[in-house]
Amino acid sequence: MEEENDKNPETTVAPALISVHPTHKFVSAAVGSDLRVFNLQESCVVTLADESGGHKDSIRAIRYSANGQLFVSAGDDKLVKIWATDSWRCIYSVASEKRVSAVGISNDGMFVCFADKFGVMYVVDIEDHNVEDGVTVIKKGVPILSHYCSIITRLEFSPDGRFIVSSDRDFKIRVTVFPKNPVNGAHEIQSFCLGHTEFVSCLTFVGSQKYPLGLLVSGSGDSTVRLWDHTSGSLLDTCYVGAQAEFLPSDGKEEDILPAVTDLCATPDGSLVAVAIQSFYSNFSLPGLMLLRCNQSSKTLSVAKVVSIPGETFIPTSIGAASSAPVLWMVMGASGLHVSESASLARVRGISGFSTSASESLDLETLVLEDAEIPGGELLLQTLQGKLSIGKEAFSAAAEAVKTAMRNLLIKKQYSAERREFRKRGRNDMKGKQ
Amino acid sequence: MMEHEANANPSHSKITGLPRKRFYRARAHSNPLSDSHFPIPVSPSQVDYSVHYPQLFPSPDKFDGSKRIEFADVGCGFGGLLISLSTVFPESLMIGMELRDKVTEYVKERILALRASNPGQYENISVVRTNSMKYIPNYFEKGQLTKMFFLFPDPHFKEKNHRRRVINLHLLDEYAYVLREGGIIYTITDVEELGVWMNSCLKGHPLFGAVTKEELEADPVVKLLSSATEEGQKVARNGGQTFQAVYRRIVPYVSNCEMH
Repeated sequence: MEEENDKNPETTVAPALISVHPTHKFVSAAVGSDLRVFNLQESCVVTLADESGGHKDSIRAIRYSANGQLFVSAGDDKLVKIWATDSWRCIYSVASEKRVSAVGISNDGMFVCFADKFGVMYVVDIEDHNVEDGVTVIKKGVPILSHYCSIITRLEFSPDGRFIVSSDRDFKIRVTVFPKNPVNGAHEIQSFCLGHTEFVSCLTFVGSQKYPLGLLVSGSGDSTVRLWDHTSGSLLDTCYVGAQAEFLPSDGKEEDILPAVTDLCATPDGSLVAVAIQSFYSNFSLPGLMLLRCNQSSKTLSVAKVVSIPGETFIPTSIGAASSAPVLWMVMGASGLHVSESASLARVRGISGFSTSASESLDLETLVLEDAEIPGGELLLQTLQGKLSIGKEAFSAAAEAVKTAMRNLLIKKQYSAERREFRKRGRNDMKGKQ
Repeated sequence: MMEHEANANPSHSKITGLPRKRFYRARAHSNPLSDSHFPIPVSPSQVDYSVHYPQLFPSPDKFDGSKRIEFADVGCGFGGLLISLSTVFPESLMIGMELRDKVTEYVKERILALRASNPGQYENISVVRTNSMKYIPNYFEKGQLTKMFFLFPDPHFKEKNHRRRVINLHLLDEYAYVLREGGIIYTITDVEELGVWMNSCLKGHPLFGAVTKEELEADPVVKLLSSATEEGQKVARNGGQTFQAVYRRIVPYVSNCEMH
C-alpha cells in the first residue's frame, strides 16, 4: 500500500463534488475550499454571502434540501455551513469537533445531520427559518448516533422520512428510525444492511409513486451495486458492475482487483441508476458511467448501458441530477494538486436523456453533451471549472490526483509494522518507556 | 491417549488436560481502536455454527437456523462465566467474544478439554476472537439474544478515553438491536466510577429499563456475575466491592420514535 506523504499535511488531495438543485435552478461544485454556484435559470454566476469568507479547507460534502430552499456544505475546516438558496447567504454555521465526512438534510428541511471523522452523527435543528438579515446564526450539533470507530461516508433520508441511513468504510449500512425529536438521540436501529465486502461509498433511494416506501441502493469498493429492502435489511439484488464493465488489469500481472463504485444517482422514478466507477490500482478506468436499470416490482438491478465520454479520460468524482430535468451532471476534479498551473482542477460534463427507462427492451437515448450543448453553456463551465479550457497535461496530472483523492477518502491508510512503531514514538503515554 | 497428548503438549496440564494460563499470558488491556486482522462474518447468516458447536451442527448444511446463539459474553476473558452458564442453561447456545488472541486460544483449548472430559456437556458454548465494539451486528440478527454480559470491562480511566468504554450511549443502540424485547443486559465492575457510568448510560437509554430487586434476587445468573470469573474471584479475595447494573431491553410505550 502506498503511504501518504506525512510531511505535507496541508496538501491533502480532495475530490471535487457536484450537486444539483432539485428543480434545476442551480448547479454547485466544490473544489477544495472553493464553493462555486451557477444560476441556470438566469444564466449567471452566483455570489455567495458569508461573513467568514467561505470554507477554509477542503469541502467534503454538499447537498440541496429536497425542497431546494437550503444548501449545505461541510468539510475539513470542521464547519457545516447552511445556505438559503434564495439569497445565497450563509444563514447557519455549525462547528464540529472533528472534520466532517457526510451531510444529510431531512425531507421537511427541519433538520440537518452531519457525521464527523469519529463516526458520530449529529443533528442540528433549523426549524426557526426566520433569521435576521445579514447575521449568520451559530448553531450547535447534538450527537444522535455513531458508527463506532468507523468513518461515515454517506447519509440519506428515506423518501417517507421515517429513516436515516448511514454507510461507513467498514462495509456496514445502518438504517435508524429518525424520531420526531431527534435531539434526544436516534436510538432505535431498524436494520443493518450487511453484504458488502468493502467500504460502502455511496447510497441513494429509488422510489416512485407506485412504490412510495422506496428501496435502498448502495455502491461499494467491492465493485458491486446492491439493492436492499431497508426496513428489513434484506439484500434484494447484487449487480457486479466491475465485472460487467470488463475491467481487467492491462498487464495481467496484478491481482484481479475490481474497480470501486464511487458515486450513484437515480432518476426521480427510480427506474435508472447512474454509477460512477473508478479503479484505484490499475490504469484501466471507465471514462464515463454505467447506467443500471432498477425494476422495483421484481426488485432487481441490471446493467442497461455503459456511457463513455469520448475524447477525454473523464473519470467522475461526483455525479448528480435534478428531479425535474433529464440531465445527469458529472464533475471530475481534485484539489491539492502539485501542477504548475494551479492547485486544483475540475472538469464538468453532462449527459442528457437521463430519465425514465420506459421499457427494458428499448435502448436508452442518452447523449454526452458537448461543451456548447450543456445547459448554462460556457459561462457555467467557466464558473464551475474555474476556467473554460483545461490543457491535456494538466488533465492527465489531475487524473492521478483524482485517484489518490478517492483512495485516501475511502480506504484506511495501511502502515507497515515498522512505520506503526515509528508513529507510536510520538505518543505521550509511550514516553519514558524505552 | 489424553495423557500422551498432554505430555507432548506442555501448555496443558497433565492431570486435567486443561490449558495452563501461564502459556497464554496476555496483557489485560487491548486497544479496541486498532484494526487487528481476523475474519469477520459478512452477515449473521454467515456465522458458521458447525465450527462453534460441532456436536450439535455436524456440517454447515445441517444448520437450519432453528436454534441460534442466545447468550453473548462480551469480553469473556478466560471463559469462566461461559463455563458456569453452560451447565445451568444446557439448552441455550452461548458465545464468548474476546479481542485478545492468546486469551481466545486459551478459552478454545479449555472448552475442547472440557468437552473431552465431560462427554455430552459443554457443547453449547464457544468463543470467537473479534472486536465486539465494531462487529456485533455482523454476528447476531435483530432481537436474537436473550442475555448479554459485560463483566469487569476495561474502565478506560482517562476522560478522553471514555468513548472507548464498551458501555456507552451509542453502543447501547447496537446492544438494544441484537437483544430481544425482554432480553437482559448484565454488567458488573469493581471500579465505582465505571459502575456509576454504566448505570447512568443504561438508565438514560430509552430502550432499556431497570430490573426490579425481586427479579434480581430470583435470577440464578446474577450470583454468577461476581463469582464465576477469575476477575470476580480476585475481587472477592481482595475483599473489594462490586457494582452491578442489570437492565432489560424494553419497547417504550410513548416511543420517542413517533412517526412524523
